[in-house]
Amino acid sequence: MKTVYSWKRFFAHTVIAFFWFVAAVPSRASEPAGDSMVTDNPAGHAGGRLAVALRSEPKTLNPILALDETSREVIACLSADLIHINRGSQKSEPALAKSWKVSQDGRQYTLQLRRGLRFSDGEPFDADDVVFSFQVYLDEKVDAPQRDLLVVSGKPIVVEKLDAYSVRFQLAQPYAAAERIFDSVPILPRHLLEASYRKNGIADAWSISTSPSRFAGLGPFRLKEYVPGQRIALERNPYYWKQDRRGVRLPYVDEIDFLFVASEDAQVIRFQSGETDILSRLSAENFAVLEKQEAAKGYRVQDLGPGLEYNFLFFNLNEVSAKDLPEVARKQSWFQDVRFRQAVSAAIDRDGIVRLVYSGRATPLWGNVTPGNKLWSDPQLPQPPKSMERARTLLKSADFSWNQDGSLRDPHGSPVEFSILTSSSNAQRTKMATIVQDDLAQLGMKVHVVSLEFGTVVSRLTKSHDYEACVMGLVSGDADPTPEMNVWVSSGETHLWHPKESRPATSWEADIDGLMQRQLISLDYAKRKRLYDKVQEIIAENVPLIFLASPNVLVAAKNRVGNFQPAVMSPYTLWNVEQLYLQ
Amino acid sequence: MRKLRIAVLVLATFHGFVLFAGFVAPYDSSAQDRELPFAAPTRLHVVDARGRFHVCPFVYGPDGRVYPLLFLVPGAPYKVAGLFPARLHLFGVEEPGRVFLFGTDDYGRDQFSRFLYGGQISLLAGLMAGFLSVSLGAVIGVVAGFYGGWVDDVLMRVAEFFLAAPWLYLLFAVRAALPLHVAEWQILMLLVCVLGLLGWARPARLVRGMVLSAKERNFVLAAKGLGAGDAYIMRRHILPQTYGVLLTQLALLVPHFVLAEVTLSFLGLGVGEPVPSWGSLLSYLQQYSVISLYWWMFIPGLLLVPFFLSYYAAADAFQEHYRPVVL
Repeated sequence: MKTVYSWKRFFAHTVIAFFWFVAAVPSRASEPAGDSMVTDNPAGHAGGRLAVALRSEPKTLNPILALDETSREVIACLSADLIHINRGSQKSEPALAKSWKVSQDGRQYTLQLRRGLRFSDGEPFDADDVVFSFQVYLDEKVDAPQRDLLVVSGKPIVVEKLDAYSVRFQLAQPYAAAERIFDSVPILPRHLLEASYRKNGIADAWSISTSPSRFAGLGPFRLKEYVPGQRIALERNPYYWKQDRRGVRLPYVDEIDFLFVASEDAQVIRFQSGETDILSRLSAENFAVLEKQEAAKGYRVQDLGPGLEYNFLFFNLNEVSAKDLPEVARKQSWFQDVRFRQAVSAAIDRDGIVRLVYSGRATPLWGNVTPGNKLWSDPQLPQPPKSMERARTLLKSADFSWNQDGSLRDPHGSPVEFSILTSSSNAQRTKMATIVQDDLAQLGMKVHVVSLEFGTVVSRLTKSHDYEACVMGLVSGDADPTPEMNVWVSSGETHLWHPKESRPATSWEADIDGLMQRQLISLDYAKRKRLYDKVQEIIAENVPLIFLASPNVLVAAKNRVGNFQPAVMSPYTLWNVEQLYLQ
Repeated sequence: MRKLRIAVLVLATFHGFVLFAGFVAPYDSSAQDRELPFAAPTRLHVVDARGRFHVCPFVYGPDGRVYPLLFLVPGAPYKVAGLFPARLHLFGVEEPGRVFLFGTDDYGRDQFSRFLYGGQISLLAGLMAGFLSVSLGAVIGVVAGFYGGWVDDVLMRVAEFFLAAPWLYLLFAVRAALPLHVAEWQILMLLVCVLGLLGWARPARLVRGMVLSAKERNFVLAAKGLGAGDAYIMRRHILPQTYGVLLTQLALLVPHFVLAEVTLSFLGLGVGEPVPSWGSLLSYLQQYSVISLYWWMFIPGLLLVPFFLSYYAAADAFQEHYRPVVL
C-alpha cells in the first residue's frame, strides 16, 4: 500500500505531539483527562510542603515485599488500589475501578476500570496492568504478603481481562465483602516491572536505592528523593486521577517529606518545634504534654476514641509434651480449666489499666471487637466489673484453696505461680502485665513479669511454645471480620493460644470454626452480624484471650493543615493525603 | 573537721532513714493507689480554709475534709532491718486522706516511700561492694608489697588489667548472659559481686605503695630481727599503717558503686519491678512527658546530690586526717 504523507497528516501529528507535550505535564487546573474521580472534600489551597515523621526508615518501596508499617505508609502515598476502604466511613468505595458488579452466586466480580488514567511517569493504565499485578501477587514464587487474602478456600482468585477497561475476578466460593480484599493491593506498572518479573527478579526491582525515575505508581505522589538515614521526599503526581468539586486536580500539596525520627519522644519534640506538621499514634502521656500547649503553639490534638487495637492476656493452651516442658505442662492443668481463666478475668481491674496505662484514653475491653469498629461490635456483650468474690468462687469451684498466708494452692496442693511474657519494646503492655500481677497477687497467685525482645516473644509463642502466659495486642487491618479469620479459626496461624490446630481442640473452638466459615460465605450483612455476634459471645464465655483494653487513637496536627480528618484505621492521618492542604 | 561533721551528719541521716525505711515511710513501696497516678506532692497546711491555725500540720482528703498528720501511727506491715515484723510508722494520715511527700509515680505509688526503700537496694549494693573491693584490695596490696618480686609483678599486672576493664560493658554482658527471670536478691548479689570484684585494683595499688615504704621501717625490721613471722608482721605492723588509705578508698568507692547500681537500674538492668531502687526512680526521667509535666519526679535525683557530696567530703576529710607522716 502506498503511503502518502500529506500535510494534513503532518499537521495532525504535530497537534497530537503538542497535546502529548501538554499532557505530559498537566497543570492542576486543566480538566483532568479520562474518568477522574471527584472527591467531595471542601476545596483547599494548592502548593506547599507537608512534613511528617516516620518511626523508622521504610525497608522497601516494593509493595510485594512490604511487611513493616512504615514501608506500607509510604507505599500508600505512591500507589492506588482498585476498590478502596474509606477510612472515615469504614465502607468500601470505588478507586481505580469506577464500578463493580457481583454475580448472583457471589463468586464473580466484574470491575469497570477508569479510562484515560496515567501512571506517575505518564504511561497509560489499563486492564493489562491489573492482570499483571494480580499475576505477581498470586505467584507462589514471589510470596507476596497480599497473597494470603487473595486465596479463597485454598484456591487463588482467577483474574481475566474482558477488554481494555474491564476485568473479571472469579472466586472459588462465595465470599462476603470480597470487594474489601482489593484494598491496599497496589496496581503495579506493567511497563516497568514485567521484564524483571519474567527474569524472576521482581523482588529486587524496586529497592530503596533504585533511582526515582524507575518508579511509577497511581498514587497521589511519586518518589522524588531518598536520603538514607534522614528523609524520603515525595512530590505530587501530576497525573493523579482525583479532582475536587471545582475541578482542581489533587493532591493539593506539592511535596511530602517523611523524616526518620526514631523515638516517639523525639517526634513530639520535633513537632513542637515546628519541624513536622502531623503526628499519629501518640501515647497518652505525650498527648497530655501536647494538649497543655495546644493553644499557645498553633496546633491541635485529637482523641479519636477507641481504635481497632485490642490488648489481651492469654495462657499457653498448646499441646506441649511433659518431657520437653514439664513446668508448662504441669501448669496447663490450671490454664485449661475455663473457671481458672474466668477467675483471672474477673480479678483484673480493667478500669485501673485504662487509668494508669493510658491516662484514661482507652476503653476497657471484654470482647475481641473494639467499640471503634462501628459495624461489627456487639453492644450486648456482658461487661462484668472487677469482682474478687466471683474470682474466689470460681477458683473454689475448681478445687483451688488458700493457705493461711493467703497464697493460692491448686487441687494438688502446689502453689499457683506463673510468669507473664511481654515485649520489652511495648511499655504499655509491660505496664498492663504489672497491673495484672498486682491484681492476681490479691487472689494469692504469684506472678512474674518477664519482658523479652519482640522477636523472641513471637518465636516462643509460635514455635517453641515455651511460655506460660503472655500479654499481647493485635490491630485489625480492616473492620470486617474476614481478615480476623486467622485469629479465631482453630487452624489459623494467629490463633495465639494454640496456633495451627490440626483439628479443633475443644467443642467451643469447633463452634467458632463453623460460625466463622458460615459468615464468610454469607453475603447478607445482617446474617453475618448475627453469626459474628455469636462468635464474640463464645469467646467472651470461654476466655481463650482475656481482653484488657483498647487504646484510643491519638493524633495531632498543626492548625495550618486543612481537611485533616484522622480515622481510627491505619493509616490514621494520611489516608486522605491527597485532600490535605496547607493554609 | 566542720566539713566532716556536716558530711557525717548528712550521711547518718540518709543511712538511718534508709535502714529504718519501713518505719519512716508512711506506705509500702509497692502499694498502688490507682486513683492517683502521678499525683503532685501532698501539700501540708497549717492554716485551714476558714483561716484557723492548726498546731499539727494537716492535709485535705479527697472528700475535702481535714486530716491531721499523725505521728507514730500503725499502718502497713514491714520488717525492721529486714528481720523484725512491725506496723508502727513515724507519720501518716487516716484513710481516705493521703500524704505523698514526694508525689506519686505512674502506678500511684508513694515516691517518698519508694525513695527510702529504693535506698536499701542501692546503699546495700554500694556498701557491700565497697567493703568487698576494699578488703580484697587490702589483702592483695599487702601481699604484693610485702613479698615483692614476681608475686608483686603478677598481682600488679592483674590489677592493671582490672583497672583498664570497661566495667559498665562488662556488667551489661554479665546481666545479658543471665536468665531474665531471676529473684531480686540474686540480681543484687550479682551486682555486688561484679562491682566488688572489679573495684579492688585501685585500693590494692595504694596499699602496696604504703606497704613498700612501711616494710623498710625500723620497727618492722626490728620485729623481723626478733623472729616474727610474715603473717604476724603483716597483721600487727603493716596493715594498721594502711587503715587511713582504706577508709578514704571506702568513702570513695561506696558512692562510686551506688552510682553504678543507679546507672544499671536506670538502664533497666537492675532489680526488677515492683522493687524500687534509686536508679529505677530516676529512670522515669527518660520520658519526655514526665520531664515536662511532673516536676516532682526530679526529687529523688536532686536528693542524691547532697548524698554523693557528703561521701566525697568525708573522703576528703579522711585523706587530710590520715596524711602519711614523713619520717
